[in-house]
Amino acid sequence: MSRPDAVEPRFQPGDSVAVRIAYPLGHVRTPHYIRGKSGVVERLCGVFGNPEELAYARRGLPRQPLYRVRFRQGDVWPDYGGRPADTVDIEIYQHWLEPAS
Amino acid sequence: MGGLPAGPVERNEHDYALWEKRVDAMLTLLSSKGLMTVDELRRNIEGLGPDAYDRMTYYERWIYAVAQTMIQRGVVSIDELGRKIAEVEGRADVSP
Amino acid sequence: MSADDHHHDNRHSHADAAAHQGPPRPDHDDTLTYYRAMETALRELLIDKGVFTADDVRRQVEDMDNRSPAQGARVVAKAWVDPSYRKLLLEDGGEACVVAGLDRGPYKLVVVENTPDTHNVIVCTLCSCYPRWLLGLPPDWYKSRAYRSRVVREPRAVLREFGTEIPDDVVVRVHDSTADMRYLVLPQRPAGTDGWSEERLSKLVSRDAMIGVSLPRRP
Repeated sequence: MSRPDAVEPRFQPGDSVAVRIAYPLGHVRTPHYIRGKSGVVERLCGVFGNPEELAYARRGLPRQPLYRVRFRQGDVWPDYGGRPADTVDIEIYQHWLEPAS
Repeated sequence: MGGLPAGPVERNEHDYALWEKRVDAMLTLLSSKGLMTVDELRRNIEGLGPDAYDRMTYYERWIYAVAQTMIQRGVVSIDELGRKIAEVEGRADVSP
Repeated sequence: MSADDHHHDNRHSHADAAAHQGPPRPDHDDTLTYYRAMETALRELLIDKGVFTADDVRRQVEDMDNRSPAQGARVVAKAWVDPSYRKLLLEDGGEACVVAGLDRGPYKLVVVENTPDTHNVIVCTLCSCYPRWLLGLPPDWYKSRAYRSRVVREPRAVLREFGTEIPDDVVVRVHDSTADMRYLVLPQRPAGTDGWSEERLSKLVSRDAMIGVSLPRRP
C-alpha cells in the first residue's frame, strides 16, 4: 500500500474553518495565537511540501494544501482595540484545519 | 510570537555588515543546491530558545543555524568545523 | 540539541580578509566574535569542499546588494498608471514582476491593495519572511520582537507609532506571512498626481508604504 504524495484540497474559498488546538514538538508554522480560532478561507494558495517534515531534512510528504484564512480580529483577541471587523489573514496548512461547526 | 506583550517598535536600521550578507548568501547558495532548506534554518533557530533573541543578533542566529544544518546533513563534521573556527580565531592573534 | 554557549572574547581582527577572497574589504565591525569566526570558517570549509566558490558567494552578495525597494516601487507605479497591469498584479504577482522586467522570485507573490475602506499591513510573526527578491533585505524593525508581537494584535497602535493614522471607517487587514507566500502592499495612488510618468510616481513609493506601515509620499 503506498500513500499518495499529495493530499487533495478539501476546502474552498468561503468555507468556515477552525484551526486545531495542538502543540506538537518540532517546527510548526501555525502560530499559537490562531490555534482554536475560526475563520473563512480566502483562497487556496497551492499545494506545498510540509515544513514540519522539511525542517528535519525529510521529504515534506505528503504535500499539503495551503490556504489563506481570514479571521476577524474581534474573534481572535478578546480585548482587541480596533474595529472588530479588522482582519488577520494567515497562511495555514490543511492538516491544521477542520470544518467549523 | 504574535500577540505577546512587547514595547514600542524601535525604528532601528543598520547597514548590513559584509559577514552578515555572506551568511545570507550562503543560505541562498546552499538552498539552491538542495543542501538545506529554510525550514531547517528556522527549526534550528527555534531550537535556540526564546532568550536567544537577547543573547544573539539576527545573523548570529542564522550562522549558528546554517552551521548546525550542515552538521546535521553531514556536509561538515563537528570536528573539522571546530578546528577551522579555532584556526580562524588564531589568525586574529597574528599581527598584520 | 542545546545551544553552544561559547562566547569568545572580542578581538581585533584582520581575519575577515578571508584568504580566498582577496584584499580585506572594509567591514562594519572590526572585532572577531565567535559567530563571525564561524561564518568565515564555514564559508572556507564549504569552498574547500567544492560546495560553492568564493566567486559564487561574492556574486550572491552583489545580487542582493542590487535589490532595493526601487524595484517594488516600479511595480506599484506601473499598476497606478495601467489598470490592466494592476489587475495582473493582483491576480498573479509573479507574472506581473516578470512583465516589469524583474525576477518572478522563489515564492508566490500576493499583492494586497489598499482602497478607501481597506488598509493592509504585512508581518511575519514566526520569523522574518519578506519579499526580498523585490525589496532587498528587510529593515531591523520588521524582524524585531516588538513589531512581530504587536502589529498582529494592535495594528492601529503600531501604525500610529509609525506616524500613520487609520480612521475608524477603514478596515485594517494584517497579513501574517507564515508559509510559502510573500506579500506586497499596493498603496493608493496619492491625489494630485494626474498625468505623472511611472518614473515620477515610483519616487513617491517608499519601502514602508509597501510593507503597509506608511502611506506613499504626497506630491
